[in-house]
Amino acid sequence: MSILVLAEHDNQQLKPVTLNVLAAAQQLGGDITLLVAGHQCASVVEQAAKISGVKQVLVADAPTYAHHLAENVSDLLVDLAEPFTHILAASTTTGKNILPRAAALLGVNPLTDVSGVESSHRFKRAIYAGNAIATVEIDEPKVVMTVRGTAFDPVAAEGGSAEITSVSAVFENADIRFSHEALAESDRPELTAASIVVSGGRGLGNGENFELLYQVADKLGAAVGASRAAVDAGYVPNDMQVGQTGKMVAPELYIAVGISGAIQHLAGMKDSKVIVAINKDEEAPIFQVADYGLVADLFEAVPELQNSL
Amino acid sequence: MKILVAVKRVIDYNVKVRVKADGSDVDLANVKMALNPFCEIAVEEAVRLKEQGKASEIVVVSIGQKTCEEQLRTALALGADRAIRVEVDSTPDALTIARLLAKVAEEDQPGLVLLGKQSIDSDNNQTGQMLAALMKRPQATFASEVQIDGDTLTVTREVDGGLQTLTLSLPAVVTTDLRLNEPRYASLPNIMKAKKKPLEVKSAADLGVTLTNKIKLISVAPPAERSAGIKVGSVAELVDKLRNEAKVIA
Ligand SMILES: Cc1cc2nc3c(=O)[nH]c(=O)nc-3n(C[C@H](O)[C@H](O)[C@H](O)COP(=O)(O)OP(=O)(O)OC[C@H]3O[C@@H](n4cnc5c(N)ncnc54)[C@H](O)[C@@H]3O)c2cc1C
Ligand SMILES: Nc1ncnc2c1ncn2[C@@H]1O[C@H](COP(=O)(O)O)[C@@H](O)[C@H]1O
Repeated sequence: MSILVLAEHDNQQLKPVTLNVLAAAQQLGGDITLLVAGHQCASVVEQAAKISGVKQVLVADAPTYAHHLAENVSDLLVDLAEPFTHILAASTTTGKNILPRAAALLGVNPLTDVSGVESSHRFKRAIYAGNAIATVEIDEPKVVMTVRGTAFDPVAAEGGSAEITSVSAVFENADIRFSHEALAESDRPELTAASIVVSGGRGLGNGENFELLYQVADKLGAAVGASRAAVDAGYVPNDMQVGQTGKMVAPELYIAVGISGAIQHLAGMKDSKVIVAINKDEEAPIFQVADYGLVADLFEAVPELQNSL
Repeated sequence: MKILVAVKRVIDYNVKVRVKADGSDVDLANVKMALNPFCEIAVEEAVRLKEQGKASEIVVVSIGQKTCEEQLRTALALGADRAIRVEVDSTPDALTIARLLAKVAEEDQPGLVLLGKQSIDSDNNQTGQMLAALMKRPQATFASEVQIDGDTLTVTREVDGGLQTLTLSLPAVVTTDLRLNEPRYASLPNIMKAKKKPLEVKSAADLGVTLTNKIKLISVAPPAERSAGIKVGSVAELVDKLRNEAKVIA
């Protein structure tokens, strides 16, 4: 077996989720090649080459790859695909944008958000908002799949010394252009990689009240997430949404504040190790998955929590 | 310009699905079905573009058994002009679905194809990307804002880090995210009118696509159950448990 993994990065830093995807690749077995497609991404290449278990790092460094547009990166993947039996990427908005396109170009079915490797062609993945776990067998000459990071423990970021090879092929689709982006800036840990997540829902009432959660989060070194209702109401930006159609998180500790616990929200956080729920409604479904439930008004409980940390 | 919208019949989002006792699949007997919420958003966006004068006709397409005509009628009631159902008896794989949609697009020549970003049953999030590849057209997935200006499409996408804006040349494929719009309710007169709108049925053979299923469902299991937790009486007790029992905070 021979595996190609698409590295996730922002041209400066390798995203930690890449290490989780590499763990899935290691479970498959075989040689692992990591592809860094980006622009002026030398520091990412340096980090990539040090990762334990990576045999080769392929580098495609060109302006057309700067924003990881699916059109250009999938053409690149197709160009490189020949020697590989498996092509993997993280199940992030980047990976999910690119890999199915590459799969269709290769004439194969992709698999999305794989959370378990049973064999080279047999995998587990969650369906129906995580209410069922399917085991599927894929009969394709190449397996193209995205991987749920939280389902695999990361490989070591250091200890390897991969060979670095540059790729000269440059693909540029004339029908699409990056215009601009508004990326959230935060000093807090990234939501999907944080070991503690504090999330707020509609119960917070408005965006200013999220300040209460930020204060708790900063004492705990935690990331802050939200329910869809809180995002839709404009309390916080979309990149904070946890759930079936937002981000999947599985921290050591998840604190849900003023969140009712709809199945779509639970789908994104119920693999957390310890779950705390603070809600004034003792019937809220979130309590059915909480290890520790506190029935209380959040406007009293959260400041008290912050003071006792 | 014509807009093609692909819609799927799925379990209603309020239903918590259960796994069959024999682990062969989930149990969909007598479960309430609905239009996939993301597809509803796609239909709504098409209707708004038509209302703005950017589109002349909205065609909705669904691949499935006769039952999915119910969801096609819903889309017609929301404002689509005509519907196509591609008849399949079993469930073909994702690549087949994308190939069938590509053939429909080839016949109808839409300027824009709208799909949901994800179906809430399979949670696949891939059909739009695959269709765009097969059509050799650009894609903008997870859209939260769509604007058409002549032959140019500007789309803001919800990405993990925030928002990204792309410019595409039409024809293009767009998949919808939750915040693109809030779908309207179909009015009773529109529901009545929808019954008279054209709904054409095609077979995969008509479209020249061979049905395959390269992904075999081996078994389905319920997710790991979480053991029942406890209620704590105070913040002090909570902090004590987190420190000394769960040991997750310092
Ligand atoms: C297609 C689709 C996809 C979806 N995807 C997602 C997703 O990815 N993520 C997601 O989260 N949702 C998702 N949803 C939405 C989901 O169904 C729920 O609507 C949403 O999760 C509810 O958010 P909430 O719990 O914040 O709000 P609510 O359900 O309104 O709950 C608010 C809670 O706050 C409590 N509360 C209020 N005031 C206080 C107070 N002062 N103190 C303490 N508690 C208080 C209330 O008791 C209540 O339980 C999706 C829905 C659809 C249809
Ligand atoms: N059988 C189908 N018929 C029509 N459209 C579909 C079908 N399956 C998927 N789609 C479209 O593809 C989108 C994404 O689905 P998926 O890739 O399966 O998560 C859906 O929201 C629909 O717009």
